[in-house]
Amino acid sequence: MTVDTRLCVACKACVLACKAENAVPDGFCRDWLVEETRGEFPDLHAQNRSERCNHCSEPPCVDACPTGASHVAGGGAVLVTHDKCTGCKACIAACPYDARYVHPQGWVDKCTFCLHRARRGEKPACVSVCPTFCLEFGDLADPDSDVSRRLRERRYKVLHPETGCGPNVYFLE
Amino acid sequence: MTGNLEVVTTRHNAAIDPVLSAWGWEIPVYLFLGGLVAGLLILGALYELLHPDRPRSRALRAMPFAALGLLSLGMLALFLDLAHKLHVYRFYLAFRWTSPMSWGSWILLLVYPVGFLHGLGSLDPAQRETLLARRALAPFLRPLLRWADGARRAVLKASVVAGVGLGLYTGLLLGTLAARPQWNTAVLGPLFLASGLSTGAAFLLFFRLDEREHGFVVRWDVGAIVLELLLLGAMLLGFAAGDRSAQHALYHLLGGPWTSAFWSLVVFAGLLVPLAMELLGRRRRLPLAALAPALILAGGFALRWILLAAGQASSFREFP
Amino acid sequence: MGYTRREFIRIAGAGAGAAAAGSGLASRWWGADGDPVPDPGTDGDKVVPSFCELCFWKCGILCHVKDGRVTKIVGNPKHPLSRGRLCPRGTGGTGLLYDPDRLKKPLVRANGRGGQSFREVEWSEALDRVADGLKGLREKYGPESLALYTHGYGGSWFKHLLRAYGSANVAAPSYAQCRGPREAGFRLTFGQGVGSPENTDMENARCITLLGSHLGENMHNTQVQDFALALSRGAGLVVVDPRFSVAAGKADHWLPIKPGTDLALLLAWIHVLLAEGLYDRDYVDKYAVGLDKLREHVADKTPEWAYTATTIPPEKIVATARFLAGARPASLVHPGRHVTWYGDDTQRTRAIAILNALLGSWGRRGGFFLPAQLPLPKYPYTHYGTEPKPPADAAKGRVYPFADETIASGVCDASIPGTADYDIKGWLVYGTNLLLALPEPEKTRKAIQALDLIVAIDVLPAEITGWADVVLPEATYLERCDELDAPPWRVPFAAVRQPVVEPMYDSKPGWWIARELAHRIGLADYFPWKDSVEYAMQRAHAAGLDCDAMRRDGVVVGAPAAVTIEDGVEPVFDTPSGKIELYSQPLADAGFDPLPNFTPPEEPPPGMFRLLFGRSPVHTFGRTTNNRFLSEVASTNELWLNRRAADELGLADGEQVVVVNQDEVRSEPLALRATQRIRSDCAYMVHGYGHDAPGLRFARGRGANDTRLVTRTKIDPLMGGTGMNVNFVRVERRQP
Repeated sequence: MTVDTRLCVACKACVLACKAENAVPDGFCRDWLVEETRGEFPDLHAQNRSERCNHCSEPPCVDACPTGASHVAGGGAVLVTHDKCTGCKACIAACPYDARYVHPQGWVDKCTFCLHRARRGEKPACVSVCPTFCLEFGDLADPDSDVSRRLRERRYKVLHPETGCGPNVYFLE
Repeated sequence: MTGNLEVVTTRHNAAIDPVLSAWGWEIPVYLFLGGLVAGLLILGALYELLHPDRPRSRALRAMPFAALGLLSLGMLALFLDLAHKLHVYRFYLAFRWTSPMSWGSWILLLVYPVGFLHGLGSLDPAQRETLLARRALAPFLRPLLRWADGARRAVLKASVVAGVGLGLYTGLLLGTLAARPQWNTAVLGPLFLASGLSTGAAFLLFFRLDEREHGFVVRWDVGAIVLELLLLGAMLLGFAAGDRSAQHALYHLLGGPWTSAFWSLVVFAGLLVPLAMELLGRRRRLPLAALAPALILAGGFALRWILLAAGQASSFREFP
Repeated sequence: MGYTRREFIRIAGAGAGAAAAGSGLASRWWGADGDPVPDPGTDGDKVVPSFCELCFWKCGILCHVKDGRVTKIVGNPKHPLSRGRLCPRGTGGTGLLYDPDRLKKPLVRANGRGGQSFREVEWSEALDRVADGLKGLREKYGPESLALYTHGYGGSWFKHLLRAYGSANVAAPSYAQCRGPREAGFRLTFGQGVGSPENTDMENARCITLLGSHLGENMHNTQVQDFALALSRGAGLVVVDPRFSVAAGKADHWLPIKPGTDLALLLAWIHVLLAEGLYDRDYVDKYAVGLDKLREHVADKTPEWAYTATTIPPEKIVATARFLAGARPASLVHPGRHVTWYGDDTQRTRAIAILNALLGSWGRRGGFFLPAQLPLPKYPYTHYGTEPKPPADAAKGRVYPFADETIASGVCDASIPGTADYDIKGWLVYGTNLLLALPEPEKTRKAIQALDLIVAIDVLPAEITGWADVVLPEATYLERCDELDAPPWRVPFAAVRQPVVEPMYDSKPGWWIARELAHRIGLADYFPWKDSVEYAMQRAHAAGLDCDAMRRDGVVVGAPAAVTIEDGVEPVFDTPSGKIELYSQPLADAGFDPLPNFTPPEEPPPGMFRLLFGRSPVHTFGRTTNNRFLSEVASTNELWLNRRAADELGLADGEQVVVVNQDEVRSEPLALRATQRIRSDCAYMVHGYGHDAPGLRFARGRGANDTRLVTRTKIDPLMGGTGMNVNFVRVERRQP
């Protein structure tokens, strides 16, 4: 997934669309907005980021999971199988992005990249709703995909590359 | 870019924001009891392995069973922490070698039979008679006893191995979570093992041991405390030599919010004072014999409590 | 790890997650169970298209209904205003529909106004009471004594009712308290306002200039989409704002202007365009009048002159003027939306219009398109009776000659007996929370106390309902069919709002309420249709639209129309000269400045800050702050104060403060945001918080209400707008 921080206006449509699509319980969110401001008046620089699970290539949450509930699903998305989750929270402590939380029903919940939509050929709810077109989702290995194209054309960063987890959400600058 | 930075986030997930608090009291209680049990098993088995001919006190003989009781308490705490308790069986439908939690759940399963056999073999003849007098138990206790006695040294060695595994794993459980800079140190495993030995020893000192047992336990305790101090030093040095996240972990304990608790409760009251008392106590018998072990136990618990809290508070979100 | 990232979607589509790769033996090893892709199951059994009413932009929505409950609302890809996407509010319609605080039964006041004591009654009793009141007003004072305040698309039935009843006093605070001045300013210049949705062709702009307009925070779906599209295509952006808004964060040039001095900057920009010959000479020669007078007028409005007022360095003014001109004619100076700031707002928007004229952007691609509209014949109603008296929306003898809508604050003032040409004695208040929407709320309360009758029709127990004699609970937009929507736009279209679920509780749709009232006061002839669906389909049918397609798709889109000069449209200017009036003779004739003049605003007294307010993308004024779903991401407002200014006051970021205005009115406590993102001479908060209505159990007591602090206004003499950025505040630590 790519997030074009130049377009994002931090409106939070992505957060609410995700909550509605995924019936995320009150008080929790699977994606969120971070607004960063650097500098001193009037020399300021701002960056808005729609953040979520990075679906890392080396997911420490999956490594930490004792039951196999946290797993890498087909295509590389990191998912939690509710039936296997004991709610031990090892994955929560293992995630450097704090992208997970305990669902009130006991299992650990997080962004699924809306894989249930992807299976129907739809984009994730956050991507579909975004009024600024700042989110894009697709196959990073396909050089013709929109995400690959955006990464070729733009300067980008990932969050905390020093964790070595290989995060897969890219922030275009 | 200047240093001025403002960050606003909409995330406010319970137990995650603003500071991670996913793990509550249950985890340090469990880590503490697990370490203590590891210490009990190791010391009990070692004493017998090293000095097979010495008589043993009733307290030492009963200790493996006490250890299993304490371990059960710890596991109860762990169970209480689960958000989905009905799924607890899932731990035993999988073994995942990257997950210390998975290792731990299987180690716990191993500790029970080993500890039980260790305890069974430690019973003196009178205790055995009492047990065998129960008709319901006798048919399967008798062969077990025979087997435990026959393989006594193997059982004791297994007990040491299980104890070391248990003690190490309580530290590795946190130590492998690289997402928390505070825990991101290889020292945590040995540190918790050393602390487990020392708390196990301290626990033993509360009971009526014979003179030689007492000397053995105190010697090991002193050794464990010294080792623990060295490991703590290594941990701090490791943080000091690390990247900015490690520096911040160091700051938590040197100037930051956990500084006073760490240095006063863990280092001073939990390690240095009892160490001094035990060293001096060898020459002159001090009153307040129970004080040193009590301090060690409190210090061991504080160590886990503080490291758990500081670890949950240490996060990459501190370095946007 | 043993997987690759190839063909993300296709692999996922091929079936439940492939083998749990990796680290050890999962329970799959026992063959026990797999890892299904979790489906939250929020897709509806049926999907009903409609259009949104969380704000007034009216985006097309698709509402998923499962087991009789609306599970989610998504954008309608066929609707030109949403294009399948929604703003945060659009998703949050369920938060309104299932708001536990909704008005559930008709209420009748049990004691004095403002006493918040009501009795639940049946509809028949409530309607009879209102009907008796309406009949009484008509007999005693004449029909013009009834006023309607309305904000919301369901208000059309009541507008019709009022017209049939014989009153022209139909007002919305969205005019004189919001976008009125820009409509007047553009009408004076181009003969046409920009309307809503605005006819800005931002999508194709190569340069966008925003003055105080904080797009992105001020969220209108299509507008923000166009803004983002323009940015993604490399459009330049100039943002003039004392606050480092979200838009400012994306700007090529951010001009942190001193509040209240935008007109000086605009005049200096005009000066530079003319002095350096950067304006569109051909366009101006062909379409505009008054260039010479303008040239003469701005001869002394140099960047150096503007610097002293605006604090923007002259070289920056020159550079930005050239930047704007470099992109013309696709250089759009946005007219803004909420523009009632300083009382000279029509003149300021006149300057914006003049600047756009010099850039040649009106009617041009990337400027202002000339909107197209589907012709939709009116319902063949019985003709209204006699022409009603003109609205009483100004003090006696006072005229606002360039007002083209009724002035809501004026109607309120006219309710204080003896102040206007005639007294207003009754209010119907539809969906507008006047106590938060009109400035000087003390005055609003005084007006209410003088009324014979006040009826509130609303979905939520907003403050205004606490003052009503009768409260009629309306069904939400998801439970009713309203008037068709066919606004002037880039492509002509007509959209239908249709009920998604049955009305909850004992709420009723607006059309039903208006129709029932009409039947009770002898106006049944004006409501001949059975229900609003019949009404809407009659209109659609008369327009030759495919009614089935409209109900199925929610919208019928007409053939693409030519909407710019480049497309071949010749612009028509509905001004006396038939041209763009840089110099306005009508203004001169009415005794006003025919060309805009800058008057410096009053300075904040020492230790005080100018109070500015704005929008949250998640909320529509105070209407949505009780919406628990939306509040998940924005549940309160903060007071923005420059960090250094806060430091000097000894106030820390995040602490609770109280804002006190020049008249010693104190705000509710709110958190301080000590930030680099604002000048040190002003304070800022998002409007819509600080509710005190007891029925708004969620919103009550959250954040502070800026309207309470607006105890002063500066009236725009041209059109009666209430300039509200003329209040000064000091900031105090909240006393424990």
